[in-house]
Amino acid sequence: MVDLLWLVPAFPLLGTVIMLLLGRRLGDPRSGWLATLMPTASFIVVVGIFADLLSRPAAERHHVVNLFSWIPVGSLHVEMAILADPLSITMALFVTGIGALIHLYAIGYMHGDPKYSKFFLYLNLFIFAMLMLVLGENLLVTFLGWEGVGACSYLLIAFWHTRNSAAVAGKKAFVANRVGDFGVMIAMFLAFGTLGTLSYSGINEAAHGGALAPVTATAIALLLFLGACGKSAQLPLYFWLPDAMEGPTPVSALIHAATMVTAGVFLMTRIAPVLAASYHFAPMIIAVVGGVTALFAATVAVAQNDIKKVLAYSTVSQLGYMFMAVGSGAYVAAIFLMVTHAFFKALLFLGSGSVIHGMGNEQDMRRMGKLQLLMPITAMTFIVGWLAIAGVPPFAGFWSKDEILLYVFANNRGLYAIGLITALLTAYYMTRQVIMVFFGEAHWNDHSGEHGAHGDFVPHESPRIMLVPLVVLAGLSIIGGALQLPFSSNLHFLDRWLAPVVEESQANIAGTWASENKYLLLLLAVVIALVGIGAAVAVYLKRVINPIEPRVLEQAWYYDAAVSRVVAGPGAAAFNAVAWVDTHLVDGAVNGVATLVRSSAGITRKAQSGFVRTYAAVIGLGAVLLIAWFAWRSIA
Amino acid sequence: MELFVFVCAAVMVIVGAVGVVVRGNPVHAALSLVLTLFGIAVLFVAQHAEFLAAVQVIVYAGAIVVLFLFVVMLLGVDRAEDLRTDSLTGQRPLAVVVGLGLLGVLVAAIVSGTDAVITRGAGINGATIDTADANIVQLARSVFADYVVAFEVTSVLLVVAVVGTVLLSRRRATDVRPVSGRPS
Amino acid sequence: MIAVVVQPTPMWYLLLSAVLFVIGTVGVLVRRNPLVMFMCIELMLNAVNLTFVTLGRQLNDISGQTIVFFVLVVAAAEVVVGLSIIVAIMRRRTGANADDLADLKG
Repeated sequence: MVDLLWLVPAFPLLGTVIMLLLGRRLGDPRSGWLATLMPTASFIVVVGIFADLLSRPAAERHHVVNLFSWIPVGSLHVEMAILADPLSITMALFVTGIGALIHLYAIGYMHGDPKYSKFFLYLNLFIFAMLMLVLGENLLVTFLGWEGVGACSYLLIAFWHTRNSAAVAGKKAFVANRVGDFGVMIAMFLAFGTLGTLSYSGINEAAHGGALAPVTATAIALLLFLGACGKSAQLPLYFWLPDAMEGPTPVSALIHAATMVTAGVFLMTRIAPVLAASYHFAPMIIAVVGGVTALFAATVAVAQNDIKKVLAYSTVSQLGYMFMAVGSGAYVAAIFLMVTHAFFKALLFLGSGSVIHGMGNEQDMRRMGKLQLLMPITAMTFIVGWLAIAGVPPFAGFWSKDEILLYVFANNRGLYAIGLITALLTAYYMTRQVIMVFFGEAHWNDHSGEHGAHGDFVPHESPRIMLVPLVVLAGLSIIGGALQLPFSSNLHFLDRWLAPVVEESQANIAGTWASENKYLLLLLAVVIALVGIGAAVAVYLKRVINPIEPRVLEQAWYYDAAVSRVVAGPGAAAFNAVAWVDTHLVDGAVNGVATLVRSSAGITRKAQSGFVRTYAAVIGLGAVLLIAWFAWRSIA
Repeated sequence: MELFVFVCAAVMVIVGAVGVVVRGNPVHAALSLVLTLFGIAVLFVAQHAEFLAAVQVIVYAGAIVVLFLFVVMLLGVDRAEDLRTDSLTGQRPLAVVVGLGLLGVLVAAIVSGTDAVITRGAGINGATIDTADANIVQLARSVFADYVVAFEVTSVLLVVAVVGTVLLSRRRATDVRPVSGRPS
Repeated sequence: MIAVVVQPTPMWYLLLSAVLFVIGTVGVLVRRNPLVMFMCIELMLNAVNLTFVTLGRQLNDISGQTIVFFVLVVAAAEVVVGLSIIVAIMRRRTGANADDLADLKG
């Protein structure tokens, strides 16, 4: 069964090709059903492979399927190979599973759009690229998928490209990712240069065995982290994700919540041995960046009024948690949060899409309210997602967040404080969102006079095809915590499953204060969540305290403006300088050689006068010189 | 006696050679060439190469120079050339340099090298000259026995030359008549 | 009869042929009429012939004269072909000289 691994990316690729050729003819909704069929088929194959791996002993859960030899050039041998091991199958499971659900949702959501089939073409292509990313056996195949998802992200963000803001957002995402990709490329060059291989098994074994010097390991790890910052929207390079909400909601759910943005965390987990072999400040840098990003994004989410922007900043914040976990050596916890986050964030985004659809494409939360009566199923599932992300037991989000906070506490108290404050803010702003959308007073008719004379507008529930994924994801958000419950090590399923991949790099907190007192910390996390919820209820529902939404938070601490100022000012000057060097020095050198040759030829061609007598004279002169030389040699 | 012959022949050779170079009229130059060739023939006889002297007179002076004169008359290039100036700048000085240089080098080589050539070259080829046979017999023996391959090849060369000449100087139908107005 | 004191040594012949050769070279460089240039080349060939005969006599070898024999044949062939080329070119433009044939100018 494991040998059928190649089918997993093959199905979406097939879907892409069929959509490319026949998409427009299939039309709405047949192309959507065909496109949904592909990731579903992949999911079934992945489940089969999962079962196959489970039946094997833990040490043998590592199978490589070599498709073909991709780059056999000199000493560089890169195979197009895919790998089935616990980490990649975990990723593949939720990529294909949630991907299939979102495809199903999009059949209903995109109904009526003129570019319907093209949307599904891009979605299938994205699933293919994402699968190549997670299943890759070496850095280059992963990079292929990495770039592929970046390109698909660009295409999908700018899907409604006639809208200027969408086109700009697409470009912004692509360029920001490119900066990160630069880091990945340099890391690959370093890995190949020092180790001669790009495959994960080669690199990780070298890191384990000590063949990788700490300097090199640090460089590779931090460069790959730069790429992860770009792809997973961490602080230096996060600014594309909020703007990416210009894309249709299924795109936001799939790419910017569940799958693409987790690629950075996945990559760092893949090279965990390299991170373990580097200097101690490297993981600390990662953890600090993750923590600061989490706090930053949480503060900004408090003041956002667009329903999707809140969720976007929430994603950035949760990704920050995942990186804090990676930096603290808690790889299993990071993957745990990744999986549960995929469930509830996709749920929240799809739910918001349902709200937007029911509100007639209205996205401003200030114009919603009291929707829970008119959109009951959407409301119910959204509330499940809210409870999960806020960290209320027994929903999935609580267990994963608690696991991370445990390891972070063992690593650094300061980071733990940041994590705790962020948890408080997360509960606060998500509660705020739920209240503004579903409870409180109804504002949807406040400005009905502005929209023209269509009388009283009444929001409606979404069609069933959009509700089914919501219900499924809600169910997963409720039971997802069972993957890794902290009560006894017998329940640590995820630990045991991922052990072959991360065991040696996982931090060991047995015997620390955190591990001894984990139930105390658990209780603290619950209390914080309830405090946050209570505060939001007091501000927005009961209206006892005034809301604090300062402008600086709404403008995301003016980060975007600062970046624009730097890039347009000194950045543009630097770019122009580099371009000048290229045009005048590099091109100038090349053209200069040509000009030199031409001018010297122009001088020497004057010797070709065309006159036979001149040629004869020169021959005579040469003959004289030659004979003189020979005569001198024999005489003297 | 040999000195007298040498001096006379040498004078003929030099005067004729200078005449070829200096005379503007091509016909005069051709006649000077004949003088030189006769001088060379005399020197051949003084060196006991009688056959070659005869051949020199018959072939060179009798055929080749006559051919030259035929072509001169055919093309009508018998107008005297203006030798006071040279259209190419620097050609005359360059010619002087080349000439003097060549002369110097050759004289140096001859003066210093002749003895070496003679002592080292003695006894290379067995066909010596001073035997009882006449010159033409010795020459014939050398050409037809020792160098017969070269002989055959030169006969091929002559055939090629004749064929080539006929082809090269064919007058094609599209040839323009000479501009000089002569009846063709 | 003048008492003969000196005999012409082979070196005299060689020097004479050297002078003849140089005169021929200078003639090729100075003259513009193609036919006269050709005649100067004949001068050079004759100088070489004289050298061969002289050295053949000194080395007591008939090969010197054999070579001259062949040189004569080849010179004849060369003159024939050369003159036909000149005829072919000069037929159309009479009054031309070597400087007018400058089509190989770079």
